[in-house]
Amino acid sequence: MGILKFGGRLLSNMVHKPVTRNYPAEPREYTDRTRGHVEFDPGRCILCNICGKKCPTGSIHMDKAARKLTVDRMLCIQCGYCVDVCPKKCLSMAADYIPPDTEKIIDTYQVPEKPKEEA
Amino acid sequence: MTEEQIFEDLSPADVYRTAEALRADGYRMVQICGVTREGSTEVLYSFDRDHRLVNYRVDVPFGTSVRSITPVYWAAFVYENEVHDLFGVEFEDSKLDYKGNFFRMSAKTPWKGPEKEVS
Amino acid sequence: MGKRTIVPFGPQHPALPEPVHLDLELEDETVVRAVPSIGYVHRGLEKLTESYDYESMTYVMERVCGICSFGHGWGYTGAVEGLMGVNIPDRAEYLRIVFHELSRVHSHLLWLGLLADGLGFDSLFMHCWRIREKVLDVFEAVTGGRVILSYCKVGGVKKDLTPEMVQRIVSMCDDIEEDMRRTGYVFMKDSSVRNRLCGTGVLSKEDAVELCCVGPVARGSGVDNDVRSASKWYREVGFEPVLYDEGDCWSRCMVRVDEVVQSLNLVRTALRNLPDGDIAVPVKGPAPVGDFAFRVEQPRGEAFYYVQGNGTKNLGRARVRTPTNINIPAMVRTLQGCNLQDVSMLVITIDPCISCTER
Repeated sequence: MGILKFGGRLLSNMVHKPVTRNYPAEPREYTDRTRGHVEFDPGRCILCNICGKKCPTGSIHMDKAARKLTVDRMLCIQCGYCVDVCPKKCLSMAADYIPPDTEKIIDTYQVPEKPKEEA
Repeated sequence: MTEEQIFEDLSPADVYRTAEALRADGYRMVQICGVTREGSTEVLYSFDRDHRLVNYRVDVPFGTSVRSITPVYWAAFVYENEVHDLFGVEFEDSKLDYKGNFFRMSAKTPWKGPEKEVS
Repeated sequence: MGKRTIVPFGPQHPALPEPVHLDLELEDETVVRAVPSIGYVHRGLEKLTESYDYESMTYVMERVCGICSFGHGWGYTGAVEGLMGVNIPDRAEYLRIVFHELSRVHSHLLWLGLLADGLGFDSLFMHCWRIREKVLDVFEAVTGGRVILSYCKVGGVKKDLTPEMVQRIVSMCDDIEEDMRRTGYVFMKDSSVRNRLCGTGVLSKEDAVELCCVGPVARGSGVDNDVRSASKWYREVGFEPVLYDEGDCWSRCMVRVDEVVQSLNLVRTALRNLPDGDIAVPVKGPAPVGDFAFRVEQPRGEAFYYVQGNGTKNLGRARVRTPTNINIPAMVRTLQGCNLQDVSMLVITIDPCISCTER
């Protein structure tokens, strides 16, 4: 009865769509919770540097004097720990991955000065 | 799986005898590991029977050796060589001794603790 | 008696997924002695406790190994919680069981695929990995990562399940069970699989006990040392160990096939009885002086975690003993007396995870 079993599989394989996607033409859909890359909203940042201290790979660096935050995209492992510990929730996880590149990407963000009463 | 914690201290001379007694009682060797200390290395032996874990702490001062338990539990050679390579603890009469070539590392005994300061 | 030849096997070998080296001493075609040597990928992750506090260390521990990532996260956080005397909420315990069992499903399917690949049965390999993909998609939807979940934290889990997600996981379990009925049947009955696996690499029950084997290797030889039997939570979801008595490659394979189906049932039961409440409790302050040992049954077998606190935020020692570590002696023992062409099959059925072993 081996032939009959095989025949069933053969027929279903002919009728069904392939399991794989035609990748670059058909881009991947990310879910809401996908940990793709870290996004930073400078507006709310209070320069506490907890994210920089807690980052397991040391990909986040903060220069308090120059009010600058840099994220080394190639060191980041998308663990989401900085997002968890940020007291002002100015870091968030975006769903899409950063595209592959031939150079190392280091993103620098300038944190704006804040009026006294707001801080 | 949280379980009852049993930790007992043992002198290096009693290790082999204890292992023999445990083997006769039907215990299974779970693991051996080293812990960095000042002036000595603590070696932790763990055994299990019917999901009851028993741990023995053995404090081995630098320059002394422990009798290998590989004649009793042959499988212990993996751990003894590991502890020897990382912590520099010598095991006597090992059934399978790699003589420091178990791990390929650039430094000898990298996890060995500092010598005890003489006051 | 023929002349003795030494054949080096690995660290780079088509049959090996990971770098382990074996010196095989042959007499004609029979292996008389095998000397394993590892240490090609030793990274010394345990030492990192000195520079990371115990919470950040979770992310390091999860990356000990890709396939058993969740188990390592659970084992480490469980040990730290024990050291700090934290009781996590019931819901978190159940969610950990759900994800641990789903990890087991995906790990075993990965392994079954590798076995089929090693057998030269490529369509079976592709089917196993096609089924596995469904689990990874669920992981991504719930935890955000496909392989490294980052789901456990000290004190509980990080993200809750919504009712739609519960529904999705249950329907995925039904889906995979249907697939596994067909695919498992091939492993159980197909003549080419059986001819290659039955009677190969027999590890007797006595040897399995003597060599302190764990996981599917021990259970394939009829030795029950599954740590899950000792867990109160696993008893609540109706866990029974899967045992086979033959001790050959086929029985180790069948243990894994059956465990996939069993894990799906455990996931469904856990989701049905999922308690309400918080998913985490806050954990603050330094780790107290003391030590704690914790064990988790990973897909490859029992993993042992040991943490030692020294009164600071950093742990004094974190130790992981992975299942492959203790299964290597069993692999060496079964290799003695086997044929050279069976070596790759034997190495695969142990399911070696060398990167885990060396940390």
